[in-house]
Amino acid sequence: MSEKLPRDSDSIDLTPEVGAGTDVAPLGHPTPKPSHERTADEERAGVDWQRLAATTEFQSLLRAKMRFVVPACFVSMIYYFALPLLVGYAPELLSRKVWGVLNVAYLFALSQFFMAWLVAALYIRAANRFDRQAKLIVEMAATHRNQGGR
Amino acid sequence: MSASIVLFLMFVAVTLAITFWAARQHTGATSYFAAGRSITGWQNGLAVSGDYMSAASFLGIAGMIAFQGFDGFMYSVGFLVAYLTVLLIVAEPLRNAGKYTMADILAYRLNPRPVRAMASLSTLTVSTFYMIAQMVGAGALVSLLLKDSGIRYETAVTGVGVLMIIYVVFGGMLATTWVQIIKAILLLGGTLLLSILVLAYFGFRISAFFDAIGHVSYHQNGVLVTEDFLTPGLKFKPPYGALDLLSLGMALVFGTAGLPHILVRFYTVPDAKTARISVVWAMVLIGLFYILTTFLGFGAATIVGRDQISANGGTNMSAPLLAQDLGGDLFFAFIAAIAFATILAVVAGLTISASTSFAHDFYTNVIHHGRERAPGEEVRVARVTALVVGAVSILLAIVLGPNANVAFLVGLAFAVAASANLPVIVLSIFWKRFNTLGALAGLASGLLASIILILVSPSVMGVDPPMAANAVRHLIQRPALFPLENPGIVSIPLGFLGAIVGTFLSREPVHEGRFAELQVRGNTGLGAEKAISH
Repeated sequence: MSEKLPRDSDSIDLTPEVGAGTDVAPLGHPTPKPSHERTADEERAGVDWQRLAATTEFQSLLRAKMRFVVPACFVSMIYYFALPLLVGYAPELLSRKVWGVLNVAYLFALSQFFMAWLVAALYIRAANRFDRQAKLIVEMAATHRNQGGR
Repeated sequence: MSASIVLFLMFVAVTLAITFWAARQHTGATSYFAAGRSITGWQNGLAVSGDYMSAASFLGIAGMIAFQGFDGFMYSVGFLVAYLTVLLIVAEPLRNAGKYTMADILAYRLNPRPVRAMASLSTLTVSTFYMIAQMVGAGALVSLLLKDSGIRYETAVTGVGVLMIIYVVFGGMLATTWVQIIKAILLLGGTLLLSILVLAYFGFRISAFFDAIGHVSYHQNGVLVTEDFLTPGLKFKPPYGALDLLSLGMALVFGTAGLPHILVRFYTVPDAKTARISVVWAMVLIGLFYILTTFLGFGAATIVGRDQISANGGTNMSAPLLAQDLGGDLFFAFIAAIAFATILAVVAGLTISASTSFAHDFYTNVIHHGRERAPGEEVRVARVTALVVGAVSILLAIVLGPNANVAFLVGLAFAVAASANLPVIVLSIFWKRFNTLGALAGLASGLLASIILILVSPSVMGVDPPMAANAVRHLIQRPALFPLENPGIVSIPLGFLGAIVGTFLSREPVHEGRFAELQVRGNTGLGAEKAISH
């Protein structure tokens, strides 16, 4: 911090500032740091989150995700809870032999595994789409920071 | 019997070697708490499976199916379907927005200190209950399996405890991850082998196997009964069986996504996409394992028989006794060694997540306002905590003794995770209006509801007939006040209710900016913690 010099209209401080363009090389990065060198805090510092959240790209990503996740959760939970409900309240129905020696109960329980695997596979496929959309948003944020932001 | 010890010691030797290798890797918080975020998708899938498939699954479910048929298989189903909640809702936002613990995501847009303190308490509660159950199980298992070799319960508990402390204090998350991976491979291999042997016993004809399940005979009170073990309803009977089953289903499906020691594994991978892939890998392995419990449990019911199992140590011995009947003493030793390895790996996983939570959430963030006073302090605190947690678990397990009925502690851990943790995680990620008071109220109401309801449930309270000598006795000898063994159906809604009511009662303004930040980070991965470069 500079001290306040005594007010004297004739004396001007002529000592060169360190780091001036004519002196030594400028301090710091001339170009923004590449993303793999930035820490999480530095990444946060340059981003206008609310503006990003309001962009149509982000809103469409959110909507696309909800359009998958909400029905997927509903359907899988209904299918899953049907098992304890039926076992608890309609065990005779489930005891009926279906495929030779197997009964409905065991087959229904076994089908839960395949249901879960199916939902997981469908999610992986949908998520590849979400990844592409997310990548666009990340790039958008990077260009905004490099152009206008800090 | 000593073949079991030899095999187990081989597992211990390999894992200790890995621990000392891990200890010499990069030091630093990210290395200790998150294995440098360098674990790949299939590795983490194996590690998550290993952490999840505890002795309760392997021995407990086999025993339940062997004694009560189809109803035991309901646990198997629930354990797998629960991962859909993890995959669809929790895993990716957690990895994108957090750093080391579950509380990172809760504290993101809320007042960090009180929320982290409560979340840390919840994590420690869940981990402690889970851990004590495992330690008592370890000691009881050893005293059963190694009756002839003179290893006492206390020695077994201390041995397991000391090994676990070494893994965690010296090796951190990297060592515990690899211990889980090895144990998962062994467990899956052993289960596959046992299943093939069961099928071979029936001439590889599935119809013969299921035919035998339809006619399982055993003695009940001296009378020979024959039951169809494939019929539902042998365990979950009226009047409350249906509700209990539903309650169990809810606790499993909502609790897994709130188990701190599972969630913490998603920080060990480089990014959210790898986290997602690792959940799917875990679902494949876990699903496969739980389908094979059909052969373990029903195989034990038909080949060994309930009478034999009861006479030789009870339900937990179903799988080892099956191994002995099908593959002789060597295979018995192999399966027993796998059971020990399973317990050891799981307690290590619990200890690392509990000590990480204490060091990162409570010590650094709550007490010291997020600042490390000296470099490496957070890691040092975590190591010391691991030592303390290990020592306390050893002591508690020794005090409780090998006959303590602790199976309910694992159920309690799931119930607390489902009632206290999950509502707050979900509301934090998705509800803009959610605030600090809501989080505190949700965590508190979930914790209290689940703990109180279990303490007055038939797991803890009950009047035993006076003749039971060595058998398991209820802790409180009075008729149970709450009729269900699992409190989920009441405590989970109470957890959500607490969180919602707390939110509306508070006058804290909505932090639009922070919610926007959490949304963008959680959904795009912008600014996520990166893997350390090598």
